[in-house]
Amino acid sequence: MTQVHTSARGGAFIVPVICAIAIGVLGPMMGNYVSDFVVKVMILSIFALSLELLVGMTGLVSLGHAAFYGIGAYVTVLASGNEGGNLALLLPAAMGAAALYALFVGALSLRTRGVYFIMVTLAFAQMAFFVFHDTKVGGGSDGIYMYVRPAIGKLDMENRMVLFYVVLASLVFTYGLLALVRRSRFGAALAGIRVNEQRMRAAGFPVYGYKLAAFVLAGALAGLAGFLLASRDGVVNPELMAWHNSGEVLLMVILGGLGHLRGAVIGAIAFTLLKEIFSTHAVMGPLADHWQLTLGIAIIVFVALLPKGLIGLVKRISPKEAA
Amino acid sequence: MDFGTFLVQCLNSVQYGLLLFLVASGLTLIFGIMGVINLAHGSFYMIGAYMAFTLAPLFGDQFLLMLVAGVVLATVFGYVLEWAFFSYLYQRDHLQQVLMTYGLILVFEELRSILVGNDVHGVKVPAWLDGSFALGNVMSYPWYRLFASAACIVLAVALYWVVNRTRLGMMIRAGASNRDMVRGLGIDVKRLYRIVFAAGVALAALAGMIAAPMSSVYPNMGASVLIICFVLVVIGGIGSITGALLASLLVGFVDTFGKVFFADLSGIGIYLLMAIVLIWKPEGLMGRRT
Repeated sequence: MTQVHTSARGGAFIVPVICAIAIGVLGPMMGNYVSDFVVKVMILSIFALSLELLVGMTGLVSLGHAAFYGIGAYVTVLASGNEGGNLALLLPAAMGAAALYALFVGALSLRTRGVYFIMVTLAFAQMAFFVFHDTKVGGGSDGIYMYVRPAIGKLDMENRMVLFYVVLASLVFTYGLLALVRRSRFGAALAGIRVNEQRMRAAGFPVYGYKLAAFVLAGALAGLAGFLLASRDGVVNPELMAWHNSGEVLLMVILGGLGHLRGAVIGAIAFTLLKEIFSTHAVMGPLADHWQLTLGIAIIVFVALLPKGLIGLVKRISPKEAA
Repeated sequence: MDFGTFLVQCLNSVQYGLLLFLVASGLTLIFGIMGVINLAHGSFYMIGAYMAFTLAPLFGDQFLLMLVAGVVLATVFGYVLEWAFFSYLYQRDHLQQVLMTYGLILVFEELRSILVGNDVHGVKVPAWLDGSFALGNVMSYPWYRLFASAACIVLAVALYWVVNRTRLGMMIRAGASNRDMVRGLGIDVKRLYRIVFAAGVALAALAGMIAAPMSSVYPNMGASVLIICFVLVVIGGIGSITGALLASLLVGFVDTFGKVFFADLSGIGIYLLMAIVLIWKPEGLMGRRT
């Protein structure tokens, strides 16, 4: 978290590009279960990447990121109506609403620092949670169903493969965008803020503005993940915004390894796999009913043994990779 | 709203606020002194409530004895927990504290579900505290709630006394403002932390035990109280016991009267309060500017 990471080499893109192409080619060959799982992991990867922009790149630990995810999802369902909505309108609406709430939350919570920031973001997420949980806006605690999935012309997300490729394209877009941000002046400023905020301020950088911009962008991308989730599941409920969800996505980012875009993706994959394995009877036997217990223990062991995340593990095994 | 109802709501606000203070003061100790973000603090409250549910039938009307037994159990539990997990967390950064205590929540929740199940339970009010205190025909108020408020006040005063008037309190306060200095003075910081942590766990569990006969005992109670505690600590200012008390009473009033006037949206009342306080004072009411 302390060192400034420099990955200006073009080679850094080869692995992600190959992975994206491989997923794209393999997509039609996957069975229902596998492709459904891959879509889920890709959506969570986008969600985790959006948080990585805050936690890993800017050094802002937010524990309320699920609010933006949930708002994206809710707006998608609420705006799509009984006949289904236009993808070209719903997607910007979902991202825009999430970004707007991020602007509001960020403007207030960025006045605080460190532990305060963690808790304030958490509390603002709870506010969003209660608005949807306690009022009739989105069906209260039961949530609401989306009757027809978003579509635009032939691009109908009701079709499983269309959904698959839209999600894959969104993941590639998010990854690419954040990779560009990292290499831009803006990204360098964020890294500077992470390492030493005082110095950046002294150097004349509008630190607050930079942080707010990062917060809003992260919120919008979380909204994108929420849009995709609503399109996949066809249903939303307030639990999406519950703080457990914010905790889980933070966990993914840290599990993978902070300060690396691929870390967020690896974390999302690893976390979802762990959860899947721990709750599968075929693997865990009767213990599968108590997957929270095994997952909790796994998290504790993980934090104790791997403070640098899975990426740190890879580097420890093959130091060459780190060079 | 007539005067009697208003009075009852005021008493409810104070009672709820004091109970929250009991939980939050434990968090303030753990947080302000040891600097550990403990997401599992709500679980201690939940454990207390379930302890009351399990112990109450054994103790019958000996409610006070049950509280003492519960506090002893919780203290031992806290001591062991600190030794096993938290003592490794002090040097780690906030992120890892968040993570590990998040893992602990999952473990506690699942253990609870294995041991006591997921049903909602009630705990009977002991016979000698049953019934209500009547003030003419203006209002009547349950004895148990009065007892709960009194117990919280006694504990708050005791806590204030320990923190401000004893040698242990002096070390605690010194530790809160400068950990390294305390270590430098030759105080056994490890042991100090262990005691403070155990006390924090005991306070939260005690609050859970006291709350159990008033509200039902249910699976999610830890999470909901945890979030409120965070809000309290942020409003009051991290590490300030007085701030925590002030914030608790404020939140008690906002929450109770919010439920009376805005039934639907009462959930967000305290978060709005927090937003307002933070716009005004980002470091909390009693916090120090960093």
